[in-house]
Amino acid sequence: MFEHLSIQLIMGQLLIGLINGSFYAMLSLGLAIIFGLMNVVNFAHGAQYMLGAFAAWFLLTTFGVSYWGALVIAPIMVAIFGLIMERLILRPIQHLDHLYSLLATYAAVLIIEGLMRQQFGSSGMPYAPPLRGGVNLGFMFLPWYRLWVVLFSLLVCIGTWMLIERTKLGAYLRAATEKPDIVEAFGINVPRMISLTYAFGVGLAGLSGVLAAPIYQVSPSMGSNLMIVIFAVVVIGGMGSIVGAVLTGYLIGVVEGLTKVFYPEAANLVIFVIMIIVLVLRPNGLTSGRGTST
Amino acid sequence: MNSDANAAPLLQVKDLRAWYNESQALHGMNFDVRPGELVTLIGRNGAGKSTTLRSIMGIVRKRTGSICYEDEELIGKRTFQIARKGIAYCPEERAIFSLLNVGENLTLPPVLRQGGVPDSELLKQFPNLRERRKSRGTLLSGGEQQMLAIARILRTGSQFLLLDEPSEGLAPVVVKEIGQLILRLKAQGYTILLVEQNLQFARLVADRHIVIEHGAVVDTLSAEELVSDMGRVKNYLGV
Repeated sequence: MFEHLSIQLIMGQLLIGLINGSFYAMLSLGLAIIFGLMNVVNFAHGAQYMLGAFAAWFLLTTFGVSYWGALVIAPIMVAIFGLIMERLILRPIQHLDHLYSLLATYAAVLIIEGLMRQQFGSSGMPYAPPLRGGVNLGFMFLPWYRLWVVLFSLLVCIGTWMLIERTKLGAYLRAATEKPDIVEAFGINVPRMISLTYAFGVGLAGLSGVLAAPIYQVSPSMGSNLMIVIFAVVVIGGMGSIVGAVLTGYLIGVVEGLTKVFYPEAANLVIFVIMIIVLVLRPNGLTSGRGTST
Repeated sequence: MNSDANAAPLLQVKDLRAWYNESQALHGMNFDVRPGELVTLIGRNGAGKSTTLRSIMGIVRKRTGSICYEDEELIGKRTFQIARKGIAYCPEERAIFSLLNVGENLTLPPVLRQGGVPDSELLKQFPNLRERRKSRGTLLSGGEQQMLAIARILRTGSQFLLLDEPSEGLAPVVVKEIGQLILRLKAQGYTILLVEQNLQFARLVADRHIVIEHGAVVDTLSAEELVSDMGRVKNYLGV
């Protein structure tokens, strides 16, 4: 049954799994932060990821800004877009049921993707990797850019976790996820903190988009293809759990990759099978016992 | 520092009305608090005592009338802006953050103005909290949680404290400790507006008592009147 298996195949899929897992982790991290503080299921996250990739492509083709410049500028552009979106769409409905923000962000996806498709068409745009070549590990060839994506996303996830767990700002965020009224009664400008948190989560999506641009085609639908998996990751990890989102992101990427080796037919299903099992056994997610934001 | 009966009020509440959605909870509250005074709001469950504190703090947003603090109108201001004026709030449920440890809970409120108690001094004043500063805040006993809830607002530098039922659900020996703490704070010059149902506790600490019924002030008693006319108070409270 497994006579086709080779170490090259397994390690290759493991690497692809890790790369996909890096995107899953970074995107679900942003979603978890936004959900944790705002109770908003940000359906627009995939569109914001796509905007990050387009911003990098636009900066390169219009202003000649390199990938490394875009890695800084594009997430800031997307975060500012998120800030405007929070002010115009989410803040006016923050007192309503979560369903309204879910529908509002979904509407935003349709509008953003529609406009991008109108402007740039449906076929993707190429974006050359900034790092060429790679290293031969003996059992496989590892492109430098893919190694960079895995390491950088890991760094971003750890950095974000440390920001939230080890700093005063993070303590404000964790406290505000529990009792925003009381945090505000301490004199902290919680509405501004909510805006900036949303912008930060959206910026993370934009950053993922820049990282993805050289690997995948830059296209208007690149985000929506990923979002269903990202939501499954967040549900498996535990809604609003940062550690859960990151660990589950990598785990799901690897499981998906390995399933492609052992039983390719189930590769697209395995995530949702895991989600169902987790929902049945631990309805609040794998890290539910650890509190909502850690 | 003791209160000065002739001093201008620090807080003036006039015709305060407040709503939870469509349900009106306060129906025209009128009272004031002078600097250095310790005033209790007493009344039956649901009379509007906690709502009064939450309205002053801006946590209940839908409110009309006037709340003047240091001659500045608070109606229309957001909660964080009110806190920055120098008013600190300790809620009835203590609001200890389960995601933070004791140390993080204690140092969470920022220093908003001069005169805040330094962290080292807080830990000296509350040795139990120092010993358990790495524990999750919600693992503390009820009394320790109450101490933590009061201690943390002292670091902000706010001089006007809104304390909501600090004795609720605590053992008598802990209630006594909380009472001593509140008296110490009063002696240090804090102005305190205290919601309290425990009349024995209120009697021991307060200068004045404001009786609330159905979201309005129905009577005001001095500390002496509370002792000498307990029947009148018990009639209000239905005890």
